[in-house]
Amino acid sequence: MAARVGVVTFPGSLDDGDAARAVRLAGAEAVPLWHADPDLRGVDAVVLPGGFSYGDYLRCGAIARFASVMGALVTAVRDGHGLPVLGICNGFQVLCEAHLLPGALVRNAGLHFVCRDQRLRIESAATAWTGDYEPGAEIVVPVKNGEGRYVADARVLDELEATGRVVARYVGGNPNGSMHDIAGIASADRAVVGLMPHPEHAVETLTGPSADGLGFFTSVVKQLVNA
Amino acid sequence: MTGVDDQPFAELGLRADEYARIREILGRRPTDTELAMYAVMWSEHCSYKSSKVHLRRLRDTGASDALLAGIGAQAGVVDVGDGRAVTFKVESHNHPSFVEPYQGAATGVGGIVRDILAMGARPVAVMDSLRFGPADAPDTRRVLPGVVAGIGGYGNCLGLPNIGGELVFDATYAGNPLVNALCVGVLPHTRLQTNAAVGVGANVVLFGALTGRDGIGGVSVLASAGFDTASDSGGGSKRPSVQVGDPFTEKTLVECCLELYDRGLVVAVQDLGGAGLTCATSESAAAGGSGMRVWLERVPLREPSMVPLEILTSESQERMLAVVAPERTDEFLAVCTKWGVLATVIGAVTDTGRLVATWHGEVVCDVPPASLADEGPVYDRPTRRPADLAALRADDPGSLPCPASAAELRDTLLRLVAAPNLCSRAWVTEQYDRYVRGNTVLAMPEDAGVVRLDEVTGAGVALALDGNGRFCRLDPYAGAQLALAEAYRNVAVTGARPVAVTNCLNFGSPEDPQVMWQFAEAVRGLADGCRALAIPVTGGNVSFYNSTRDAAIHPTPVVGVLGVFDDVARRTSMAFATEGELLYLLGETRAEFGGSEWAHAVHGHLGGTPPRVDLARERLLAAVLVAGSRDGMVSTAHDLSDGGLAQSLVESCLRGGRGARIVPPPRLDPFVFLFAESAGRAVVALRRSEELRFTEMCDARGLPCTRIGVVDGDSLDVQGQFAVPLTELRAAYEATLPALFG
Repeated sequence: MAARVGVVTFPGSLDDGDAARAVRLAGAEAVPLWHADPDLRGVDAVVLPGGFSYGDYLRCGAIARFASVMGALVTAVRDGHGLPVLGICNGFQVLCEAHLLPGALVRNAGLHFVCRDQRLRIESAATAWTGDYEPGAEIVVPVKNGEGRYVADARVLDELEATGRVVARYVGGNPNGSMHDIAGIASADRAVVGLMPHPEHAVETLTGPSADGLGFFTSVVKQLVNA
Repeated sequence: MTGVDDQPFAELGLRADEYARIREILGRRPTDTELAMYAVMWSEHCSYKSSKVHLRRLRDTGASDALLAGIGAQAGVVDVGDGRAVTFKVESHNHPSFVEPYQGAATGVGGIVRDILAMGARPVAVMDSLRFGPADAPDTRRVLPGVVAGIGGYGNCLGLPNIGGELVFDATYAGNPLVNALCVGVLPHTRLQTNAAVGVGANVVLFGALTGRDGIGGVSVLASAGFDTASDSGGGSKRPSVQVGDPFTEKTLVECCLELYDRGLVVAVQDLGGAGLTCATSESAAAGGSGMRVWLERVPLREPSMVPLEILTSESQERMLAVVAPERTDEFLAVCTKWGVLATVIGAVTDTGRLVATWHGEVVCDVPPASLADEGPVYDRPTRRPADLAALRADDPGSLPCPASAAELRDTLLRLVAAPNLCSRAWVTEQYDRYVRGNTVLAMPEDAGVVRLDEVTGAGVALALDGNGRFCRLDPYAGAQLALAEAYRNVAVTGARPVAVTNCLNFGSPEDPQVMWQFAEAVRGLADGCRALAIPVTGGNVSFYNSTRDAAIHPTPVVGVLGVFDDVARRTSMAFATEGELLYLLGETRAEFGGSEWAHAVHGHLGGTPPRVDLARERLLAAVLVAGSRDGMVSTAHDLSDGGLAQSLVESCLRGGRGARIVPPPRLDPFVFLFAESAGRAVVALRRSEELRFTEMCDARGLPCTRIGVVDGDSLDVQGQFAVPLTELRAAYEATLPALFG
């Protein structure tokens, strides 16, 4: 049976359709999850997509973390069974606001929204979402954000670096001033990954700068099938 | 006082004869509310009173079997096969963007998106055409960053990819920037919506954002003084007439509307834009041939002190009006609740033929809806050829000093590549999300944006948006046709078949006979051009009064062309991608520099006549490009326009990261070869194995094609003249806008 990967739609989610497409192209079933529904519908993994949940008023992701579906998600993540979760862009912001990942994402250093094709280095293949990449592999996926600058205190940064929890780093130019050029990080158990760039926009060469992003989705599907 | 003098019609922007006609229609003195409603609906913006007599020409512009809704609808709707239709439209938001750049531009995007939504379509992409004063002018530095941030801030948050457009700098737009926003949407035929309010007893539902004091009199700036007096509200008098946008509310409104349509809960729907509730109620009642009863105290307000005429003329954003059958109303309201969209039954459809609005039981408006919506004044204003036109046209650029030596040609190339009108637009376009929805196949800096509509079949559309104010200043008839031809060509180079046209006509004051002549000529040129190209005009927008201190802007019709693909996998990019491919120049090059970017950027010169228009040639070129793309003959295609061949080659080299070796034809002056702006041309790259098949096709169809070189190396090498390394070209091309705008 195909793995079932939930894709959450908050009001203001924009890349939910793209995430669902990426899940399907990776060979899994995409299961829509509604923000107001405290039910994960028995999915095997969850994607929190990009967008501007609840208009990103107050602070990016700050309102979404209180959505009913997030209560169910936090419970599932914390129950120790290692539910894989990928937060992309706004989803990363939501994961930080929900304290499932450390640190925060703040206004880009250049103060502008930036949309460009970005080179990334996969720093860790030991997460639920990156097993299909070779460590050190360079990929090109779109980055597009106004508040994508990853910040954390020195202790958190040291711990992320020391424990191999930096998942991806910007190379060939840091688009938003993120500390340590961090593009993505993982939880201590490597199941929850937050990523500022958009692998779901790089799953077909027709519409993306590459198909390099598909690996995030095939990685989790492979892990689920082998589990 | 008694008689006509006791009503402030002039302050509201109405003429004495217009006021007299309102009294005649009503058979009595209008209430203050009614007077305000006529003032906004009979404004130039809403009534098209000066343009109507000319725009009739555009209604009859060719084959229209594919047209499901045309001019007069909120946006034209074109059948693209498989039971699917596409709707697209471009609209101006020039004056608000000058007053308050961020919100002005943002609400321009929001407004055009609701127009598309009101047709039953899901909006799938946006584009924008922007014109500012000189790039280094202080006011451009104030306006441009705000406009770009506003377009990005709204469109990005709405989840619509921005796939292209224009950015032009010219002193003519100093103090009067042009901000034209386009949206394209897609719908199944069965979801096409109407705004005709029918069914006596049906509920009239206002849904979306609260109604506030923003944008009152936005369509008629003169009107705001009168409103402030009438509102008797100290706080109100300082409100700007620019609306404030909330893209998150619009995003939920889009999803809510689409679910309402899909569930068949809507009898009629109209967006609220200029003239707000007045426009939506009167137009939908007039379209349905019905009447409407509205209880204004039911309208949810942002500020409880608002009075009826403010409620009726507020231009608060993110609102829609729907007509809903009584037995479906609960279900309608439940869908709105699901999306967090406020919805209120504010009225009912009647058979009285009157639009009646009450405020706590008092009738404040009782008028025939068509008298507001359709029967406004129409003026056939006087026209006169501009007095300076003959001298301007006689001032031929042929007398300007032009580069002759190889070194001068090289310097000219580098100077033009870095010119504000030709340099990289990345500083702007990187602020727009072009990836969202995952269907963007081509986006800027490509000649046209291409969007996939069907993931299974690959069906899709291409869109280009072009204008050229300098050409139109020299000859508005030819200039409008050149804008049309460029957009048509830009669609065709991607491999799409052009099928329909929209337009945004930006002009000075219609009360100036010289402006009116330019307008009449441009519309005539556009109408004749569309007939010659056999693509219909499906709708458009007119923006008058674009002038600063009595000086009108260059006449600037901006033309959008929609093309269709059976399969977007066949699209052709402008990038030189493969070493060794052969470069062919299609079309003919003449020493045409009137209104050219070279004359503008190097000499600050505007004079002479614009390039010759040959629409039969444009059709032929497009047919060859579409066939070449469909049959896999053409690897790369790029339009030639501003800056000529040199600019086109630079863009294709930099886009693909590959150089080119160019051999100028022996009998053509290298300066003319590189920089002339003759229309009807494109550069293509071909695999050697396709050369014979392609050139035979051109020969058979009678399209001139000249082999000019080969994709090769890491510089642009014009043999016998000069070579410029791509690194040097890229540095010149990319530095200009970041240096100006940070």
